[in-house]
Amino acid sequence: MLPLLDAWLKGAVLEVQEYVRLQIATIRGALSRPFYFRDVVEQFEQIGIGSLTVVLLTGFFTGAVLALQTGITLDQFGARPFVGRLISASMVKELGPVLTGLMLAGRIGSGIAAELGSMVVTDQINALRALGTDPVRKLVVPRVLAGFFMAPVLTVISDTVGIIGGWLIAVFQLRVASSLYWTSVVDGLYIYDAWMGIIKPFCLGYVIVTIGCHVGLRTAGGTQGVGRATTNAVVASSVAVIAVDFFVTRLLITLFGQG
Amino acid sequence: MERPAAAEQPVIVVDKVSLAFDDKVVLKEVSFTLMPGHTKVILGASGSGKSTILKLILGLWKPDGGAIWVNGERVDTMRELELMKVRADVGMVFQEGALFDSLTVGENVGYKLYEESDSSLEQARARVEEVLGFVGLRDFIERMPSELSGGQRRRVAIARAMAAKPRILLYDEATTGLDPITAITVDEEMVKLRDLEGVSSIIVTHQLRDAFFVATHQAVRQRDGYAISPADARKCDEAEFIMLKEGVVSFEGNAAELRAAKDTYLRSFLS
Repeated sequence: MLPLLDAWLKGAVLEVQEYVRLQIATIRGALSRPFYFRDVVEQFEQIGIGSLTVVLLTGFFTGAVLALQTGITLDQFGARPFVGRLISASMVKELGPVLTGLMLAGRIGSGIAAELGSMVVTDQINALRALGTDPVRKLVVPRVLAGFFMAPVLTVISDTVGIIGGWLIAVFQLRVASSLYWTSVVDGLYIYDAWMGIIKPFCLGYVIVTIGCHVGLRTAGGTQGVGRATTNAVVASSVAVIAVDFFVTRLLITLFGQG
Repeated sequence: MERPAAAEQPVIVVDKVSLAFDDKVVLKEVSFTLMPGHTKVILGASGSGKSTILKLILGLWKPDGGAIWVNGERVDTMRELELMKVRADVGMVFQEGALFDSLTVGENVGYKLYEESDSSLEQARARVEEVLGFVGLRDFIERMPSELSGGQRRRVAIARAMAAKPRILLYDEATTGLDPITAITVDEEMVKLRDLEGVSSIIVTHQLRDAFFVATHQAVRQRDGYAISPADARKCDEAEFIMLKEGVVSFEGNAAELRAAKDTYLRSFLS
């Protein structure tokens, strides 16, 4: 039993050490030359534009179902007109960042791990190094920059369509006046909420992409290993999204109070 | 370990290199040198550590002990950034080619020129067409690697390795899995590069027929191109064989000496 625990602990410490090393190399790569600008633009397109559909659909239906469910509950207190306030606060502060993060973990985290993992097992990463290219600068830095900057943009889009989805349900199902809904939406939002909603996705985007890159680059064991890496990346980044969301929320509350 | 004397001028020196993964010893005090324009053929069964040597020479892996010198620079203690300069003069043909799936044949071949050199686009394009012509695949420049056969992939890999005009080429099982006719085409590319371009090479293989072909043939430039013919005695001596057995060098010598060897393992390998 003890040797097993020992091996597990060593493995876990090694993973953390390699993850930290990758992050240091990534930050160094992002701040110094050579900088592969074309790859950065390509990744912004793939991660940003490529994730738009899934984020739009998730955001829209989340806002809509939130309106449906809360409308029924608010009715019990005669507070149906306040549905907009609840939707805007929930979407902007929590659901928008977390659900967008989870969608990105599924789409981006898995894609990156599979792509880099395939490159590892087919010796393409070694070929890159042999040709004089640092794989971190060429492959990791563009993806991390794209994840870091596109996650907040996608989150804002998700928040917006979520609120629009809620509006459609509020107006056509709950029979709340449109002007009342939008007034309630604005009333429910404070600048503090907006900050929280915009800071979190930066952290989530960074974590999702760095986990995907780390797991992908440490792939071993042929095509079976690529499959395993893909699953591990999705599981690890999904759990990380929830955990990081909690810790960042806690930190922001500590720094700025309850708003 | 002292730096090799300048008078000898070997392009690669592997000095008592050892490597183990956990309890498994992969290489044990392996030593050899490669002189400019010469060929070193590393033979051995699967898992005998042949490919490992190439990765150590290129600095992709680090040995546990010993020293490796490439063009007079000690690579086993170098940092990744410093290794990039050494790798500028070394090309490697990986097993299965290791072509970049998302790039065309032309982009693969010209990768180093487009991404890591100061060459203009026109210069890079001209060099890509030149080397693809050298391996007989000029018409494939816009194709994707997935559209190529196994032999064509290897030839593109050779073209990519030679595009930046390195003086050293490392071939990792460049002909394994190819049909005999395609394998001979790849062998001829290796002979041409060595004899017409002056490239020093290390060939890792367990394909004896290909190893002997490269060691016993030479390319001669002619008015209308080149000709491949049996090598003269001097040329044959410039190609040396190394046999690895369980991570240890069990034989070192030229093709004639290998054929005449009495060692039981060697005989069983050759038969």
